[in-house]
Amino acid sequence: MSTTTPSKLQKILAAGHFGVTTECGPPRSCDGGVVEEKAKHVAGHVDAINVTDNQTAVVRMCSLASCIRLRIMGLEPVLQMVTRDRNRIGLQSDLLGAASFGINNVLCLTGDHQSFGDHPEAANVFDLDSTQLIQTVKMMRDEAKLLSGAELKTCPQMFIGAAENPFADPFDVRVSRLAKKVAAGAQFIQTQCIYNLDKFKKWMQGIVDRGLHEKVHILAGFTPMKGVGMAKYMKNRVPGMDVPDDIIKRLQGVPKEKQSDEGINICIEHIQELKEVKGVAGFHIMAIEWEEKVPEIVERAGLYPRPKVD
Amino acid sequence: MIMAKAKPIEEIIDEIKEFKRILIAGCNGCVTVCEAGGMKEVEVLASALRMYFKKAGQDMEIGEISLTRQCDKEYIKELRDGIGKYDAVVSLACGAGVQFLAEMYETKPILPGVDTCFIGVTEEPGVWTERCAACGECMLASTGGICPIARCSKRMANGPCGGSSDGKCEVNKEIACGWQLIYDRLKALGQLDRFEKPVSPKNWKTSRDGGPRKIIREVSRQ
Amino acid sequence: MSYPSNIRIVKVPCTGSVAPIHLLRTLEKGADGVFVAGCLEGDCHYQAGNLRARKRVDYVQEILKSIGIEPERVVMYNLSAGEGPRFAEIAVEMTEKIRQLGPNPIKRQGDVKETA
Repeated sequence: MSTTTPSKLQKILAAGHFGVTTECGPPRSCDGGVVEEKAKHVAGHVDAINVTDNQTAVVRMCSLASCIRLRIMGLEPVLQMVTRDRNRIGLQSDLLGAASFGINNVLCLTGDHQSFGDHPEAANVFDLDSTQLIQTVKMMRDEAKLLSGAELKTCPQMFIGAAENPFADPFDVRVSRLAKKVAAGAQFIQTQCIYNLDKFKKWMQGIVDRGLHEKVHILAGFTPMKGVGMAKYMKNRVPGMDVPDDIIKRLQGVPKEKQSDEGINICIEHIQELKEVKGVAGFHIMAIEWEEKVPEIVERAGLYPRPKVD
Repeated sequence: MIMAKAKPIEEIIDEIKEFKRILIAGCNGCVTVCEAGGMKEVEVLASALRMYFKKAGQDMEIGEISLTRQCDKEYIKELRDGIGKYDAVVSLACGAGVQFLAEMYETKPILPGVDTCFIGVTEEPGVWTERCAACGECMLASTGGICPIARCSKRMANGPCGGSSDGKCEVNKEIACGWQLIYDRLKALGQLDRFEKPVSPKNWKTSRDGGPRKIIREVSRQ
Repeated sequence: MSYPSNIRIVKVPCTGSVAPIHLLRTLEKGADGVFVAGCLEGDCHYQAGNLRARKRVDYVQEILKSIGIEPERVVMYNLSAGEGPRFAEIAVEMTEKIRQLGPNPIKRQGDVKETA
């Protein structure tokens, strides 16, 4: 399928197992212990841990520092990088730094516009976009060259990832975009969290029809609902999110103190359903500020224990 | 055209209140088209300022003029004779015009009366929108005539991003998603194959990032 | 039809030809108030002239606010050409309003009153 790296996530996917990843958000503080704590909850139950990069344009401890910390703990980080805040010089520099600590996974993103975050008056960078960042990492890894053509003495061995939102644009565009990212060098995809299974399956069909599932590993994203409030918020206030009414009805049909359990049940049922869908290579579980639930989800979805690879 | 909009009058009053004789200088070029700084706007501003200072009991003489353009020396020269009797000039031209006046009349404070905003078009009377970011290396041929730098909030070369929904930008529902427009146009032109080819990183040297720019056309020089 | 003698009438074929500068200059030259009497909305002989006039009156009111002059000194009224008594009514109403506001604040003591 393309360049092999020391990435544990790549090895698991290449061996044909479902891959399982999750997300840890760094704190708005200098306390590295926060990321350590979150990681400890999930470590044994996932193949790799994403660390977000100033998500929604809100300043937090940088992803690079947190990924280094995870690496030192002996875990497998996925470095998320947005192109909103750093130009090609900064991005390539950070990639070299990450690789120097043995970080082997990178998720290339454009990033939410700064108007969403806590510093809406900032200038943005967007020297590159996510597709160009994919091209950059590929060039550094496969040609041992920076974008300028300068040679690298040693180069990053990164497993390259990208994100996709099956619920954003019209259907045609979504599949084309994926094709473009794959052409640029994307090796794995993590999707936006899924609630509308039918729509997701339709998207997957488009991808399978073009044979793209054989060129890239697709991990389906999930975020368990904590309750009706969260479900309604995500349906109405979060752009690009598709939450069908029957999810909300199902949560409403259960007493308030049982809603979070029901949210977990829905998540697990969905994962089990998607395991049967052609082209789904794994799951990316984003239990934001609810990391302690990840082990239960992984176990009850039949994804535990995680396979061992050398 | 360069599009601008009038500065709040409070800001202008604040800048001129220390003076006694002010010239309001408009421009018959771009700022007339976007109704921010042409003769009409000069007259309205001058009248409003006169009333303000009369009410405040402060002596203030306000002169009115509008030049053909303020970005050409042959036109801004025309102020040479009259400018002497004013303490300062409020120029309603775009930033380029304000600066050119200041360069020619070094000892006269030249103050901006409009906020220069973008290069754009008149969508309908009273509505002007941005179209060009002056990047210095036009790639409109490959995007169906729609600019991803000016019309995509993230200036993506391989858009759209995941925040595009219903053809609108995640930043503001009033803004069309530039990449949705490009996709639709390429489809209409039968050029969707362009959409799937990854576009490599742009050379930003020719844009503002490379520093202040200059064009020299030898054949035109005297 | 009789109306107060302090009203000076400026006839125009359509209020659509009244520009913001006309309204401003009138006040600048010492008028205490200006009202724009246009046809009833929907009845404009030139289609939308009176609608434009209303927008311009709003625009001038904003300018007056920004320079500390009461925006109520410039007002738009709509009536039909045949409504003589209504015109007189408006004239009286406007005169009363302006009397309450007092003379144009830009006039200083001892200023010679300028004619329009």
